[in-house]
Parts: sequence; C-alpha cells; structure tokens
Amino acid sequence: MMTPMDFLLLVRGPLFVVAVAIFMLGFGIRLVEILMLGRARNFAEPRGSAMLGGFRTVYRRFSPDPGTFERAPFDVVIGILWHVGFIVALFLFIPHVELIRKTFGIAWPALPNPMIDAIAVITLLALFAALVQRLRDPVKRFLSTPQDYLVWTLTFLPLLTGYLAYHRMINPYPLILGLHILSVEIFLIVAPFTKLTHMVTAFVARWYNGATFGRKGVQS
Amino acid sequence: MTLGETLERNGISRRGFLKFCVTTASLMALPPTAATAIAEALASARRPSVIWLSFQECTGCTESLTRSFAPTLENLILETISLDYHHTLQAAAGEAAELAREQAMHANEGKYLLVVDGSLPGPGSNPGYSTIAGISNLQMLEETVAGAAAVVAVGTCAAFGGLPVADPNPTGAVPVSAVVRDKPVINVSGCPPLPMVITGVLAHYLTFGKLPELDEYGRPLAFFGQSIHDRCYRRPFYDKGRFAETFDDEGAKKGWCLYRLGCKGPMAYNACATMKWNGGTSWPIESGHPCLGCSEPDFWDAGGFYKALSVPTGNIGGTAAVAGLAGVAAGAVGGYLSGRAKKDARTAHRQVTADELEQKL
Ligand code: SF4
Ligand code: SF4
Repeated sequence: MMTPMDFLLLVRGPLFVVAVAIFMLGFGIRLVEILMLGRARNFAEPRGSAMLGGFRTVYRRFSPDPGTFERAPFDVVIGILWHVGFIVALFLFIPHVELIRKTFGIAWPALPNPMIDAIAVITLLALFAALVQRLRDPVKRFLSTPQDYLVWTLTFLPLLTGYLAYHRMINPYPLILGLHILSVEIFLIVAPFTKLTHMVTAFVARWYNGATFGRKGVQS
Repeated sequence: MTLGETLERNGISRRGFLKFCVTTASLMALPPTAATAIAEALASARRPSVIWLSFQECTGCTESLTRSFAPTLENLILETISLDYHHTLQAAAGEAAELAREQAMHANEGKYLLVVDGSLPGPGSNPGYSTIAGISNLQMLEETVAGAAAVVAVGTCAAFGGLPVADPNPTGAVPVSAVVRDKPVINVSGCPPLPMVITGVLAHYLTFGKLPELDEYGRPLAFFGQSIHDRCYRRPFYDKGRFAETFDDEGAKKGWCLYRLGCKGPMAYNACATMKWNGGTSWPIESGHPCLGCSEPDFWDAGGFYKALSVPTGNIGGTAAVAGLAGVAAGAVGGYLSGRAKKDARTAHRQVTADELEQKL
C-alpha cells in the first residue's frame, strides 16, 4: 500500500525528473522546429537594427495598448493580475527559490511569506474571475475549446494545492505537499503540447514582429 | 494502594501533584477545570496494570522515559502504575518473566493497558528475526493484545515501523497497527517520544478511562496537533527568508532558520517546540540542529536529513540539460527533414504550359 510519504517521495524524486525531462524535451523540439522554419532572405537594405527593434517590442508589449484596454478593461486587468501573481508566487516564494538554488545553483532574494500568501489569494481570485467571465461572455464561451478549460485547470491547481499545503488545510501534510508537486508536474508535462507554450513563444513572436519593423526603421 | 497514597509516600506534595495535573490539562488543551478532575481521578486511581512489550527497538524510548530528569512526577506516575512486565526494567528474566506476564494478563483480563515499543517482523516474514523466550514477537503481541483494553504504541518504531522499516526493511518489519485491528491503538510517535507525552497519554487514560482524541495517524491530537514549524521560535526568520547556510556561519550563530540545512519542521508534528527536552532545557532546533521529522512515518527514508524539504531528490539539473539538448537535437532533425521535404517538392516541381496541357488532353 502506498503511504502519503511514499507518494511524496515518488513525486519529489523520479516523477519530478520525468516531468522536467518531458518539459525540456518538448520545448526543445517545439522551439527548434519553429526557429528552423526560417524566413526567405530579405534583400532590401536595412534601415535600422532588427535585433534592437525586436527586443524593444518584447519590452513594449508588456503595457497593453490603449485600444485593447478601452474595449476590454476586465480582461487586461485580470489577465495582468493573475499572470504577475502566478510568476511572483512561482519565483519569489522561499521554498521555490530554495529548489532553484539547489538544482541550478542560482538564487535571488525571496519575498516574505505573508506577502506571497496574500498574492496567492489575489491570483486565485483573479483566475476564478477569468473563468467566470469566460463562461458568461457568449463570444468567449463560443471561442473556448476544451483545451482552454484544461489549461485553466492546470494553472489553477498548483496555486490551490500550494495554498492548501501552506495553510495545512489537508492532512497528512506529505499528502497535500505531494499533490502540490504532482499538479506542477502535470503542468510541466502538458505545457509543451498546449497553448501553454506561449510562455516562451510569446516572446519569440514579439521579437519577430519588432525585428521586422526595426529592420524597416519604423516603430511597432 | 492508590496513586495518591503512593505519591504521598514518595514525598510529593499535594501542591506539586496539582501543578502536574494543571500542566497535563493545559497540554492536552483541556479546560482548567479539568485539572481537578484529573487530580481526583489520578489520586484515587487503583494501580492499573500495564504490560510493556519491547520488540525491535533500541531502548531509546525507555531511556527517554526513565532517564529524562529525575525524580519527576512523570516518573512516579509511571512507577505507580503497576508495570507488571517490562523487559528492560524488570528484574526477572526468561521463563520467570514470561510467567509474570501471563499472570498479569489473567489477573487483569480485559483491563490492562498494553504498551509496545519497537516494530515486529510482519506475518509474512521470518519470525526468527526477533524472539523473546523462544516466542516470536508476532505471537507474543497477538497473545497479549487479546485481553488488553487498549494498546499504546510508544515510539516511531512501534507507531510507524521506524528504523527497522527503513529501506530495504530486511526483517519485514511492520508497526503495531498493522497487526492489531480489533483494539484501539494509540500512536505516541517520536524517536524517542517526549516523556511527558507518554505520561500525558497514560494520565489521560487513568483520568477519563478512555483514549484521547487522535489525529489521522492515530496520535493524540493534544500533543501532535501542531507542526514543529508552526510553533518554532525561529519561524520569524523563515518568514523573512533568513537562513543558516552551514552549521557555523553567521546565520547559524544568529539563530536563523534551519530550513536550508534540511529542517523537517514543516512536516513534523510533535510537541518539542513547546514542551522541549530534558525538563524544558532545550530542544533540537534550539541547539542548532534541524528537526529530522522523527515523529513522522518513514522519516528515515524521507529524502535525506540535510536536504531542504522543497528540493527534489533526483538529479534535476543534469536531466534538464540532457533532455533539453535531446529536444534541440530532435527538433533539429525534425526541422531538417521538413525543410528537405519542402526543398524536394520545390525541385520536383515542374511548370506546365498551356500547350503541354492541351497536348495531354
Ligand atoms: S528551523 Fe525548521 S521548524 Fe523552525 S522555522 Fe525553520 S524550518 Fe521551521
Ligand atoms: S525536533 Fe523533530 S526530530 Fe527532533 S525530537 Fe522533535 S520531532 Fe523529533
């Protein structure tokens, strides 16, 4: 019979290795394939730096353009809120920083736990609001595919289980900690094969857009 | 003789005794009024018979109890119960000792408390790994448990298997609860358990005639209801992210959190942080060592004593690099193949003129 500790050791050990391997393998394939699509050579004389224009756009697109904001303020605000919250909870929570430090040898200061706790709550609420909006808005509902709901669930679960583990709301503790790690592993495994790839490709696309315009010497 | 009389004979004042009862009541999160009830019940309790079986153990649990700090009320409580059989503490040996056990069993049929420390070779494994007077542990437990009112599994070995169960578990050891199904089992875990927790459970049983409220691992909630981490005095440092990196750096000297040194406090449920050890002198984290999580199941195999709880146990960095490279290679091959297919299609492509088409038709 599998005890909660066996389960925790399984997800902390071999399963985590498998998940990271699939994540890296999948993203390696996806990215190289995209980059190797290549582009036809442009013989026109460049009027500006493609590289610089690319990076400028990667940065600029962090602020929503005014038109979009006026049309859909809810989506912009909620979207930014939970994306930022997710990333902060992921990279600035003490045990997470410790994981990164021990595995990759790099580290940075983390935020105090009560702050992460509050941010996690806000993020969970924002994600929930995003789901409600998706279900209530007829256009969004029409456009939504099963994958959209899958990806929402995979994003929501690590936060939820993390919150439950931090507050010890499910016992025994190894069980909820294990479930938290498992939810992250599922996320890692599925990410390269769903629209979650945007965590990387969004920047590739932005750069490409900006580079095209940068080469022409115009702003994008 | 009642317990009260014995205490008096041992020079324990009524005041000292009441103090013990108040502490016990508050430790078990009972209302202050319960102290009187405890005092009355304890004072008039007839010496209940306790049979203590030791199986695959290191005697640390008994040491914890008897050597804790002497002389204490806890000790006296233990002495005043009629400990009819205890390998380590009794004078008798061999068959005489077994006779004492059998006599106690018959005389107190259905009423004695059975305390077990140590794990035992399970039903499926060679009973020869641990025997007493030629009787296998399993047989002795089954015989003795039949007439017991309840079983107290003292120590992590009896409660969860402890060290004998650690990988690869050569003796096929199991905890008491794996064998005893039809009697209440209370797990007093810890390697060893705090002496006050053992006596607290016994005191509760003497007072109320039943076992206290238990958690999902069968441990008394009063002592195991909160994690070490939640009661740790170093917690403010954890919350602020101040850690000792080694055992003798600045952080260690300043008493910062031991999480990075592998502290299992967030996973361990025990009363060390509040009750401390050696009569309230200190406790492991106060002395500068991370908690090992000794009160939890499988703590020997829980991924390394000095590895932080959130750190994966496998080789993630290496795997990530190899898998990433493999992915890049696979992507490159895929990209190359599709590129070639495109090129082949382009070269194979022939322009067809209207004339040619007309000829064909
Ligand atoms: S020393 Fe251990 S128990 Fe104390 S705060 Fe740090 S991690 Fe928690
Ligand atoms: S501090 Fe932790 S390892 Fe040490 S005795 Fe207490 S529970 Fe066991």
